[in-house]
Amino acid sequence: MCVFRLKKLILACMTHFILIAISLICIFPIFWMLFSSLKTHHDVFFKMTLLPQTWNWSNYITAFIKADFGQYFLNSVIYTVVGVFFIILISSLAAYSFSRLNFWGKSFFFYLLIATFLIPIPGIFVPLYLLLKNFSLLDTRTGLLLCYISNGLACAIFLLKCFFDKIPKEIEEAAIIDGCSRFGIYWRILLPLAKPVLATLVIMNSLTIWNEFLLALVVFQDKAKMPIQRGLMVFQGDYPLLMTGLTIATIPIVLIYLLMQKYIMKGIIAGALKRV
Amino acid sequence: MKNTPIEKIKNFCFILPALLLFLVFSLYPILRIFELSVFQWNGIGKNMVFVGLVQYKHILFNNPNFWNSMLNAGYITFLALIIQNTLALFLAILVNRNIKGKNIYKTIFFLPSVLSGIVVGLIWKFVFDGNFGILNHFLASIGFTNFQDFSWFSKTKTVLFAVTVAHIWKGFGYGFIIFLAGLQTIPVELYEEAEVDGADEWQKFKYITFPLLIPIFTIAVVLTILGSMQIFDLIYSVTRDVSVEHTYVPITQIYEYMNNGEFGYSMAMTVIFATLLLMVSFIQILASKKLNYNNK
Repeated sequence: MCVFRLKKLILACMTHFILIAISLICIFPIFWMLFSSLKTHHDVFFKMTLLPQTWNWSNYITAFIKADFGQYFLNSVIYTVVGVFFIILISSLAAYSFSRLNFWGKSFFFYLLIATFLIPIPGIFVPLYLLLKNFSLLDTRTGLLLCYISNGLACAIFLLKCFFDKIPKEIEEAAIIDGCSRFGIYWRILLPLAKPVLATLVIMNSLTIWNEFLLALVVFQDKAKMPIQRGLMVFQGDYPLLMTGLTIATIPIVLIYLLMQKYIMKGIIAGALKRV
Repeated sequence: MKNTPIEKIKNFCFILPALLLFLVFSLYPILRIFELSVFQWNGIGKNMVFVGLVQYKHILFNNPNFWNSMLNAGYITFLALIIQNTLALFLAILVNRNIKGKNIYKTIFFLPSVLSGIVVGLIWKFVFDGNFGILNHFLASIGFTNFQDFSWFSKTKTVLFAVTVAHIWKGFGYGFIIFLAGLQTIPVELYEEAEVDGADEWQKFKYITFPLLIPIFTIAVVLTILGSMQIFDLIYSVTRDVSVEHTYVPITQIYEYMNNGEFGYSMAMTVIFATLLLMVSFIQILASKKLNYNNK
């Protein structure tokens, strides 16, 4: 019995040793970035320590004011908030009508939508660039936002429609008798019930938009409108300041992740398992 | 509800915004890809020259850079498939044993996956840097001094491998979460019964875990292939200053041809590349259909 216990203890120790080692590999580069952002130029190149010798908080002030990271950050916040808002609004309206209403060409449009969601389309940024150019929307916030919003729709409509389908129709029938309109059913009954799905969609789309780079690269020349990922690539300057920029680009996403982890995991699993 | 024409129009209004956006910003661009791929066009002006399938032919038979880029992406994908998924599955099995700190490990393993490709690329650029990178510093401190000044991202021999390491670092948490979700659907009783019958760990994995995880496995494999073949942000962020053919991947090629004003050519490349990806997707859909059929 004692041998058995010992064996179990050794196994547990080994397990934790492996898991801790991998954990360190995961977080070390992130901490390196964080601490480098607080170092002076001299510390970075001549003192190979993890922690800064002097905590140089002025990097953040310089990054926000002189290096335009304040502007990039604000732009990213705008794109994320506005983009996610419209994705949720438009996709929930569409999902409601796919689930409850009848209209011409319903199943055709639905399968077309799902097809674009499942089929990978690399290089779609090229015709999107031409499209925005034709509409004179190149280098505008509206142009990028329109691309982001339509990008997020298919997945959101699909997940919401599946959720609406499962809600029993008896609830609405009672509401109709009470004189509730179509929009009322959507707004007062279905949308509040869908809160958990909506939360997942908000978080997942925020991550996507905040981290998106390729479209921002194609659409923008004007620095004043660039989101932060694009801003990082046009940044010219010294190493600690770049690390400050990286940290600024990372902190919101990590905070959202730590607070809303449950929804992110759910979104990942739902997105992956929908393929089965 | 009533189905009068006016009602139908009212119903249609709910779908209208989504439909408009979808038609203009998804369907039309997709069709445009095919249209442009048979023209020679510099993106400006009206002189589009119809060339048929000539550009396809050129890409397939006379463009070593395209195949080179496919090979590079294939290399990254191959390593990611093996290392990333093995690591993800292994860690998921370890964490699934209801050990202490399960949630902390879960949080940490997925953390790199929420960072953007640009951020990951730029962080690892400085991990792999020749003069003040942590990797060389670490190697020197454990006795490997001959890596001093060795810049992993600048050397043609190591750059692709270094990119792959960063890519796997970013991606394995995703596989880990999917595998863990899959493992949690396997009933514990199966393992208990196997233990009663005297099965060891390897036998439990071989006869219970692995067969039941096959559907999850196909998803993980396909998502890894699609994600790795379409790698762009990470490559762009580490190699922008030194765009060498050793780091060409399909998307950087498409982007570069577009940047050089060869719109038709870049679209023909897109069609070829997308067709290859589509085949991967179809194989997965067929495979999962078959597996579901067998289960029922």
